Amino acid sequence: MDTIFAEATARGKAGVAVVRISGPLAFSAVEMLAGDVPLPRRTALRVLKDAKGAVLDEALVLCFEQGASFTGEQSAELQLHGSIAIVRSVLAELGRIEGLRAAEAGEFTRRALENERLDLTQVEGLADLIDAETEAQRKQAMRVFSGAIGAKVDVWRSALIRAAALIEATIDFADEEVPVDVSPEVLELLAQVIGDLNREIEGSHISERIRDGFEVAIVGPPNIGKSTLLNALAGRDAAITSEIAGTTRDVIEVRMELDGLPVTILDTAGLRETSDVVESMGIERARSRAELADLRVVLLPDETSEPEILPKAGDLVLIGKDDCGTFGPASISGETGHGVSALVAHVSSVLSKRSAGSAVATHERHRMAMSRAVGSLETARNEILLDSDRAEIAAEFLRTAIYDLDCLVGRIDVEAVLGEIFSSFCIGK
Amino acid sequence: MKHLDFDVIVVGAGHAGCDAAAASARVGANTALVTLKRENIGVMSCNPAIGGLGKGHLVREIDALDGVMGRVADCAGIQYRLLNRRKGPAVQGPRAQADRLLYQAAMLAELEQTPNLSIVEAEVVDFLMDGDAVCGVRLADGSEIGSAAVILTTGTFLNGVIHIGNEQRRGGRMGDKPSIDLADRLYGFGLPMGRLKTGTPPRLNGKTIDWSILESQPGDEEPVVFSFLNSKPKVRQVACGITHTNEKTHDIIRQNLDRSAMYGGHIEGVGPRYCPSIEDKVVRFSDKSSHQIFLEPEGLTVDTVYPNGISTSLPVDVQEAYVRSIVGLENVEITQPGYAIEYDYVDPRALRLTLETKDVPNLYLAGQINGTTGYEEAAAQGLLAGLNAARHAKNLEQKVFSRTDSYIGVMVDDLVTRGVTEPYRMFTSRAEFRLSLRADNADQRLTQSGVEMGVVGSVRAQRNSEKMTALSAAKAQLASITYTPNELRAGGIESSFDGSRRTGYEVLSFPHISFAQLSKMTPALSSIAPDIQVQVQRDALYATYIERQKRDVVSLKRDEAEQIPDLFDYEGLNGLSNELRSKLQASRPQTIAQAMRVEGMTPAAATLILARIRQLQKLKAS
Repeated sequence: MDTIFAEATARGKAGVAVVRISGPLAFSAVEMLAGDVPLPRRTALRVLKDAKGAVLDEALVLCFEQGASFTGEQSAELQLHGSIAIVRSVLAELGRIEGLRAAEAGEFTRRALENERLDLTQVEGLADLIDAETEAQRKQAMRVFSGAIGAKVDVWRSALIRAAALIEATIDFADEEVPVDVSPEVLELLAQVIGDLNREIEGSHISERIRDGFEVAIVGPPNIGKSTLLNALAGRDAAITSEIAGTTRDVIEVRMELDGLPVTILDTAGLRETSDVVESMGIERARSRAELADLRVVLLPDETSEPEILPKAGDLVLIGKDDCGTFGPASISGETGHGVSALVAHVSSVLSKRSAGSAVATHERHRMAMSRAVGSLETARNEILLDSDRAEIAAEFLRTAIYDLDCLVGRIDVEAVLGEIFSSFCIGK
Repeated sequence: MKHLDFDVIVVGAGHAGCDAAAASARVGANTALVTLKRENIGVMSCNPAIGGLGKGHLVREIDALDGVMGRVADCAGIQYRLLNRRKGPAVQGPRAQADRLLYQAAMLAELEQTPNLSIVEAEVVDFLMDGDAVCGVRLADGSEIGSAAVILTTGTFLNGVIHIGNEQRRGGRMGDKPSIDLADRLYGFGLPMGRLKTGTPPRLNGKTIDWSILESQPGDEEPVVFSFLNSKPKVRQVACGITHTNEKTHDIIRQNLDRSAMYGGHIEGVGPRYCPSIEDKVVRFSDKSSHQIFLEPEGLTVDTVYPNGISTSLPVDVQEAYVRSIVGLENVEITQPGYAIEYDYVDPRALRLTLETKDVPNLYLAGQINGTTGYEEAAAQGLLAGLNAARHAKNLEQKVFSRTDSYIGVMVDDLVTRGVTEPYRMFTSRAEFRLSLRADNADQRLTQSGVEMGVVGSVRAQRNSEKMTALSAAKAQLASITYTPNELRAGGIESSFDGSRRTGYEVLSFPHISFAQLSKMTPALSSIAPDIQVQVQRDALYATYIERQKRDVVSLKRDEAEQIPDLFDYEGLNGLSNELRSKLQASRPQTIAQAMRVEGMTPAAATLILARIRQLQKLKAS
């Protein structure tokens, strides 16, 4: 059984982040970080250090023996200072320990279930909880992929499928007319993916997109006062506003705290039909970012117009630019401040009930996956370079790498590999 | 209710039917094998070969479970080749050309001398029903036979249609009539059905082939046979010929494409991507100016030759023209034209992992009817269905195989969980635990559990237990011997490792180490029997990788052990997306492991399902 870990805190006002560890290696992981294992069920203040002895944080450590924890397994909680950098470094350190891995959504719960530690009258509530966790993770992942890395992920996916197909073709279709030596192409593909992954691990692209907390998108037709509203919320000139429709051609992000919640407000390009190529790209981007946001504030010109984006639960639909306050409480004006405090109250009351998926955890999960994958890919490459007719071993490590990258490139099963083989080589007797 | 004439009735005596009937009889069930013609038992409708990559693994597994295919193939093997001989043992697959007549004769003899097994020559036209459950079959002459379970192995006979050019005729195989009534009855059960197609090449008269100018492909010098009970071929060995299509061949095919059944729009069924017709090859890979053809003799006493690589649904005159454009075949005589065949299959997602249908109790399906292709895939399913039908008749617990223990487990899990989109064929790449699921260790993996399941006879059980004892003794001996790096170097084994001592077993796991090198350093090791030496070395080769996979094996086994009740209600389960809910509803997985393989499934959703199962169990208990 693996030992799993995850950040367990619902992020919000609290300045504390809790990381939970469960499984047979939980105590030994605590010992590696904290120097010793505190007495079970007693909070203990410990300095957490990484393997090289650098201090990560001063934390409250709480250990639970097997049979006396939420999951029923040996487990531990690390109560850290709620800083992104600290949480990230602790998660990274845990991920480096052999036998530990980041938990999947719902995995702690599953272990609790299997060890009969769960009150089964609450399965329905559980559903909501796991659902929120999964959805938050999915959204975080999507946000990462909507950035520069998204296109790369597609390249990795097809490179990995191609490499696997080449190797498998020489194995499974040995008596067919397939190329005998596929090594040069496979090596090239592996080198490309390994190089890319290494660059990502160093943090060139993903890190720039880390946004911990919630996202709120302001959407509506051009010149409806979205940017003015953003500025009113931010209290500074974050987005360029002008009277010419279509000024915001992309998505502008402003991070702020609303009632203590970490929130990123997205000011999106006005949604309208346009022949301007650049603008229409901006609109498309606006749409997809808005879809992925946790909450949308949809601004309309008047009561009769239809919103261009279908509002979801918790979304606000308001009449924008109501500078004279003629439309009452269902309207807003960034110019005069009318309705702004009601908006902030609504957003904070909706969001504080939700648990934000931690972008740090998502990022850390991806980084660990990439590190593991690089290890496997390098072994596969060495196996091919050895040229020892052990294609099945190279294939095994390639398969492991593909499995590790599952959370990034999507599941690649044997059908995808076979599809590539049959479309590339004339197989069949 | 009809009284029981038999415990188990097997309908159809192809490769699935033969191993189904034999397995059922071995378990001790009184078994009837019903076939249209006794002389057609074990017919190879397509190419005269058994085994290959993945397929050879299946034959070894069938043999490890004391099934008949491996032993019968060894009675008929006229050219053995171990595919991937130069690669590692995990991906080596035994294959043999088989003499059709010897195969059929050996199969008939095998079944005739199997205790508890009766061969009945008759046509089954309907099932006998007891409510929703099957309790026997009705024959064409109106007579009825009752049984506790029925295994249907009708191959391509369900609504079979044969296509040659624009000609169509109903038929399950050239010269045999299709099973139309049975297909109607299956449709009546409401089982989900689909249509597939496959094809065969024209058969040639070997006497009209100019062998003198053709390249010849001999078998292996040291043939590797199928059965763990055999060590060498039983009959004379022959070579195959090799020739190639050329531009002229391709021109003829291209000019007549519209006359092909496939390209003329007569066929709706989906064909396999890995077994394209020559028309497909010419169209899809138009840049290739030549395709390889293996000329495989169909037997020692017949002149028929199977040209492997040119299956077709073109009209007879075009087949003749293109075949004669090929080197060596200029004057060839076609003894039977190639054809495409379309047939109905049952969506295997309607089956349990035991191959019993979920909605029609006592009815088991095996072979091509489940959307697979290949003799070996069929026989492996037959064995599983026979085993379970017999155990069902005897009120014994049902048995399933796992993806972690066998290719049989991989195949059945793929079928019942994912269904098929083309005829399903085994490949080694389908097995995620390929390094441990090898053809060479099928007996180590399966024979003992086969003994416990009641499907392995005493002769094999005895042989196997002796082999297992010898293997563990040899491994213990190797584990007890250790060498320093210096000792290894002195023995000619390059050692760049840290200073630690290595056990003999560890040293064997290094690439390119021979057992003889160890015996030279430790002469006591040479007392280990040669076949055991070879096997220990194969096991050692992958030991470290298999150790690494152990965690995955454990976690998969844990998921396989979590059963989902038949009537589990996904509708009432909040937290699943509508899409996932309808996919789960459609495939009705029996275990969490199966559910995990449903597209779009997440660990979170598995937890939810598990929570509901536990809740239901608790409700039931209180």
